[in-house]
Amino acid sequence: MPETAIHVEGLGKRYRIGQYEKYRALRDTLTDAMYAPARMLSALMSGKRNGSGRGANYFWALSDVSMDIREGEVVGLIGRNGAGKSTLLKILSRLTEPTQGRARIRGRVGSLLEVGTGFHPELTGRENIYLSGAILGMRKREIDRNFDAIVDFAEMGKFVDTPVKFYSSGMYVRLAFAVAAHLEPEVLLIDEVLAVGDAGFQKKCLGKMDDIAGTGRTIIFVSHNMAAVQNLCTSAYLLSDGRVAASGNTNEIVSQYLKEVSSVEQKPLSERTDRHGSGKIRFEKFRVLSEGQEGFAVFGNDTRLLISYTASAPLRNVHISMGIYTPFGQAAAYLSNELVGKFFEEAPREGVFECRIDKLPLIPGTYSVNVFCTVNGVIADYVKDAARFTVQDGDFYGSGKLPPKDYGAVAVRHDFDLLTGV
Amino acid sequence: MPCFPPNGRPRPLDIDMSFVFHYPTMDSALTKDGSEKPSIRSDDIPVFDIRPTSGWRLLDVRELWSYRELVYFLTWRDIKVRYKQTALGVIWVLLQPVAMMALFTIVFRRVSGVSPDGIPYSIFTLTALLPWQLFSRAITDSTTSLVTDQKLITRVYFPRIIVPISTVLAAIVDFLIASILLLAIVVYYGIPLHAQIIWTPVFFVLMIVAALGTGFWLSALNVEYRDVSHTIPFLNQFWFFLTPIVYSSSIVPDRWRFLYSLNPMTGVVEGFRWSILGTAHRPDNVILPSVAVAIVLLISGTVWFRRRERTFVDIIGSGSA
Repeated sequence: MPETAIHVEGLGKRYRIGQYEKYRALRDTLTDAMYAPARMLSALMSGKRNGSGRGANYFWALSDVSMDIREGEVVGLIGRNGAGKSTLLKILSRLTEPTQGRARIRGRVGSLLEVGTGFHPELTGRENIYLSGAILGMRKREIDRNFDAIVDFAEMGKFVDTPVKFYSSGMYVRLAFAVAAHLEPEVLLIDEVLAVGDAGFQKKCLGKMDDIAGTGRTIIFVSHNMAAVQNLCTSAYLLSDGRVAASGNTNEIVSQYLKEVSSVEQKPLSERTDRHGSGKIRFEKFRVLSEGQEGFAVFGNDTRLLISYTASAPLRNVHISMGIYTPFGQAAAYLSNELVGKFFEEAPREGVFECRIDKLPLIPGTYSVNVFCTVNGVIADYVKDAARFTVQDGDFYGSGKLPPKDYGAVAVRHDFDLLTGV
Repeated sequence: MPCFPPNGRPRPLDIDMSFVFHYPTMDSALTKDGSEKPSIRSDDIPVFDIRPTSGWRLLDVRELWSYRELVYFLTWRDIKVRYKQTALGVIWVLLQPVAMMALFTIVFRRVSGVSPDGIPYSIFTLTALLPWQLFSRAITDSTTSLVTDQKLITRVYFPRIIVPISTVLAAIVDFLIASILLLAIVVYYGIPLHAQIIWTPVFFVLMIVAALGTGFWLSALNVEYRDVSHTIPFLNQFWFFLTPIVYSSSIVPDRWRFLYSLNPMTGVVEGFRWSILGTAHRPDNVILPSVAVAIVLLISGTVWFRRRERTFVDIIGSGSA
């Protein structure tokens, strides 16, 4: 029976509202002090004690969280944004103290909260390996021993003595991850660092994580990518509003999370503010039409995806693309006007992009769409998870049958014959 | 969430495909790199207890010692980065005090009218300028150090006090290089060395104690009140003139003498002059109050820093993590 690596008991963290980003200027403290007598008086009048901690000025990012993780377990930590995942990791990596409760960790803790921690642009790759390694908690002789492996892993070759400010962003990320991946702590906390680099490098990173997990290290993995969580983790915890909502078998927890996520109402696209890009164009509405019906798609039906936009001026050279993701966060399809050789050299101030898909090959389920648009080669609008739509059961194959679940997101049109006497 | 590559170029098809297949599954053929597999050493696995703490704490010297390599690397980084892309590099360490010495010699020699004990005014000033520059650099750099290194302290745990300590250490390296210059000039002017030079290390330590204590206070305060960093330029100016650098503390009237010596740098500067230049007798009356204040600064600074460090990450904010 392996020993307990991480034991968490009734952990809670309280933040003062506004304490997060703001730093205080002396002025604020002085004003606070000026108003303090008045505040105390009103508190006395209303009979409440000031600073009891449960008042309106505080919120609990984490409350009464308990967990037990044994050595060698790879545990997924999932939950919506603001559920307390990052706060928990911050407490476990001792970046911030809990307000109540306790945790006991057996072994050195390495955290990959962000790759490239401690990199200095003026220093060379070699120097940064040592600096970043030391900051992440490696001993110099450990770095010495792993140096060649790190350089190899990062595929940096002869650039090892070039200042990293001259590196391409891909090279920078590769080096940063390589250093972090060669940490040798007993407990590793990972917060979605895998969303970096190109596909080949990511494959390598996942392989490396698999290696690490195989050596009996304990890993807590925070991610929104359910496919990665399911692939890597032996069990999972679902956090919701700072509490442990469920824990246990990864697949069960993941499906519970997906239920929680899909039950949340989405803001209409036109009201979304989490956009990127120059704003030359603005996506207003996303619609799905399926052979005359609107609001959902049907497996195997001819489908139209419509994106309405507005722009402040007529546009030239517009490219639009959409990424379609499964509820597990896996990319299912990529649609773009470029791919099909249609070019929009001019576009009016208002219009609708129409994307037609013959006999929709997406397996029934809920999908999320990223929409992305460039004008003259510059990102003009980009909304992640801009809209969701469901694909309902339909007769894609013309046989009245549906493929079994969990065999991919996309159906492939195919045929069979039995050849005899060949 | 997987996302589009954040560049605006219309991309060729091969890159598009790579982003579609963002997350390969684990059971696909994965490239394993050939590096040796790290293995867990079962011996001496440390256990960390995480719980709310409260009250005042002193320095955890054992923990600090276990982080000595990080102190070394951070100091090394500060030194290395400071003179990157400068044509003269480390020569600046010598040039700065020499330039100031020349300036003060021209401006103040007449005004102050002192050339005490027959020592050339330029050496008289330089002996004070070196510790002053260390102190000034140390407090300037350590004030902003925690904020400058916020990416570190919001991502990785280490004893936070390492950050101001390593800025002070980097300043000490500059000081040591510059002292070679001082030694050369002392020899050049043929100033005889006295037995009291063995006291120099004592004042060296006093200087570091004063710099660390002040640095701890200012760096911790600056996390909460960024106003502090704005006061540094004139704090430096005030402090400079409150320290007997361009003049001798003997011109301070007796009734102000005690108050004046509460500035720890007064004791440092007069101590260096006495031990290196061999001036007549040890100015104990200014040194002892300075020593007391420096020690109080160091202890109170440490305790204050340790009390406030719990909230550093919450106040500075966590960026994207």
